[in-house]
Amino acid sequence: MTTSAPNRDRLPPSLRTEALEQLLVERGLVDSAVMDKFIATYENDVGPLNGAQVVAKAWTDPEYKERLLAEGTSAIKELGFGGPQGEHIVVVENTPDVHHVVVCSLCSCYPWPVLGLPPSWYKDPAYRSRMVREPRAVLAEMGLTLPADVEIKVWDSSSEVRYLVLPQRPAGTEGRPVEELAAMVTRDTMVGVAEVGS
Amino acid sequence: METIADMGGTRGWGRAPVPVDEPVFAESWEGRAFALTLLSMGRVSGRNLDAFRHALERLPRDDYLADGYYGRWLNAAELMLTDSAILAPGAVNARARANRGEQTDQPAFPEPNKPDYQNTAAGQLRTVAEPPRFAVGDRVRAKDIHPEGHTRLCGYLRGHRGVIELIQPAAVLPDTNAHFLGENPQYVYAVGFDSHELWGPDAESFRLHVDLFESYLEADE
Repeated sequence: MTTSAPNRDRLPPSLRTEALEQLLVERGLVDSAVMDKFIATYENDVGPLNGAQVVAKAWTDPEYKERLLAEGTSAIKELGFGGPQGEHIVVVENTPDVHHVVVCSLCSCYPWPVLGLPPSWYKDPAYRSRMVREPRAVLAEMGLTLPADVEIKVWDSSSEVRYLVLPQRPAGTEGRPVEELAAMVTRDTMVGVAEVGS
Repeated sequence: METIADMGGTRGWGRAPVPVDEPVFAESWEGRAFALTLLSMGRVSGRNLDAFRHALERLPRDDYLADGYYGRWLNAAELMLTDSAILAPGAVNARARANRGEQTDQPAFPEPNKPDYQNTAAGQLRTVAEPPRFAVGDRVRAKDIHPEGHTRLCGYLRGHRGVIELIQPAAVLPDTNAHFLGENPQYVYAVGFDSHELWGPDAESFRLHVDLFESYLEADE
């Protein structure tokens, strides 16, 4: 097993990125215009607004919710969402008694088609190392203090399965249109580090 | 392989960050590094995500941590590209120095030496003919193994007892695929562990679920 040390004399990553792009373009291996498209897709199109639509539909359509919890990937596909890092998505439901939260201790596996690219806190070593060991303390540090009698279930995404949390629908939102409900659902509630506010 | 990437349960990282609103890419180079890595990963011998993760965990600790998430992507992409002689060692730094006006020798492009390898299908999911070895409710133990190469068996689980909670679809085994040594698809199981089994009697009470490949598990008699 070889371990190489490419950057002993460290240069700023912006300079090294520029250099790598030039070399790969000269090699004919990447096309800068294709890169631009990739970047724009994940900046503008693929993000937590997708997941919020899934959640709002599950809150308002009991049959959809049943399909979503039974076969997450295909139910999410019904709304047009799928692709890299979403080959098999399992949806777990928060209830008054059980709170789910997702982490990837080994890297930063995350359900891209419904949430986009992971936020910086999800990739932070403190989150990755401690969520599998002291989730209640970590959630409290992040601003979510759960009642002592709520059971916590942590999902460490160590394979190609990706997890999406279905957060609890806030009380007093009966009759609200699905678009309005979707606007209440934030990224953090679908990873399980926050609850949806009313 | 015990690596910096296997962070579960390790100490010394401080408090968890409070989530804030942030752009997808904090700086423009991060978006370029993201796209470069995704594209160049597919130029070695197919799009081998496991080889990329293995490149990440082979980075020296400083290179893993210094420039954050996309910095480590950049470093892992460079490692994969030099491993397969698509780029010469040092080529990236030499070009970066030249770009900022330093007098420097830039190595020529080498003759590529890519692994002779092809995945059987796109993605990581596969079907296997045999039925799953374990059933929901079976008591299992994560094997106490220390492979030299890539693995997705988290170090903090080794030797611990859990229960099969979900049978997930079969997938390419990262331990061999990462080394371009074959797909060896296996069933994956969501295994539930009691927090006290992992972290002792004084730990917080919670349930931890981890997805483990069949060969990481043995029956707990």
